[in-house]
Amino acid sequence: MRCAPTNPEFRSRLRTGALALLATALLAVSPAVTFAAESAEKAGLVGKPLPALSGFKFEGELPALSGKVVLVDFWASWCAPCKASFPALGELQQKFASRGLVIVGVSVDENVKAYAKFLEKQKPPFAVVRDLDQRLAATLEPAAMPTSYLVDRRGVIRFVHEGFHGKSSIDSYTKEIEQLLSESAP
Amino acid sequence: MNSFLRPAPASSSASVSISSSSHSQRPALLAALMLALSALALGGCATVAPHERATLNDYTMRADRDKLHDAMTEHILFSREASSGGRGVGGGGCGCN
Repeated sequence: MRCAPTNPEFRSRLRTGALALLATALLAVSPAVTFAAESAEKAGLVGKPLPALSGFKFEGELPALSGKVVLVDFWASWCAPCKASFPALGELQQKFASRGLVIVGVSVDENVKAYAKFLEKQKPPFAVVRDLDQRLAATLEPAAMPTSYLVDRRGVIRFVHEGFHGKSSIDSYTKEIEQLLSESAP
Repeated sequence: MNSFLRPAPASSSASVSISSSSHSQRPALLAALMLALSALALGGCATVAPHERATLNDYTMRADRDKLHDAMTEHILFSREASSGGRGVGGGGCGCN
C-alpha cells in the first residue's frame, strides 16, 4: 500500500492548492495585523503634547486648562463602561480640583438627544463637551471606549487608560494624578 | 423551469475554454480564482474605530433581542442535537440529567 502520492502531477496540484490556502489565510488575517499595528502606534502618544483643544469644534464650553493637570476622557452615551466610569471620575474631580485637576469629558455622540439624556441623568461635576465632527477622536484615535488621556501641567500626555476596570482603574488614576499634581508647574 | 436550475448547454463557451486548457493549468487557474475571490470578499471588510461604534452598539444589533425568536431557535437546536435540558443544564445530551 502506498502512503504518499508519487504521481508528480498530483503532487504539483497538492502544492498549488496548499499555496492557495496559505495565501487565503494570510489575506484573511491581514486586517487583524493592521489593527495590531495601529494599537502600537497609539501607545506612542505617551510623551507627546496633547493637541490644542481650541483648534477643534465642540458643543459646550472648554474650561481653562493652562498649567493644570488635565484628564481628557472620551465617552459616549451608548458605551456602558463609560457610564460606569462617570461616578468615579466625578469623585476624582471633587477630590483633586482644588490642587489643579481638570477633567474634560469629550463625548463622541452623534445622537444629540441621547447625549443630552445621558448628561441629564448623570449630572457629572466635571466639564463635558461634544466632539462635533469627531475630529479630536480621529486625531487621538482612542483604542477603546472609554479612553482617557492624563496630561501634565506642561500639556504632555503622560498616561493613557483604555477602558474602565473599576477599582484598579480608580487606583491607577489616583496614583497617577497625585504624581502629576506633585510635579512643579512650568 | 427556473433559469437558475436549467442545465447549461453542452457546447457553451465556458465549457469549451476549460476543456481546451491543458490539464496541468487547472490547479493554477483554480488557485488564481480562489485568490481573486478571497481578495474580493476581503474588500468588504472594514475596521470600525471604537468611537464610531454607536450603530453596532444599538439594541437592534443584539442577537438576543427577541425572546420568542430565541426560544424557537433554541427549541430547534435542542431538538436537532437531541440535547435534553438544552443550554440551561450541564451534560452532553444523554438525557440522564
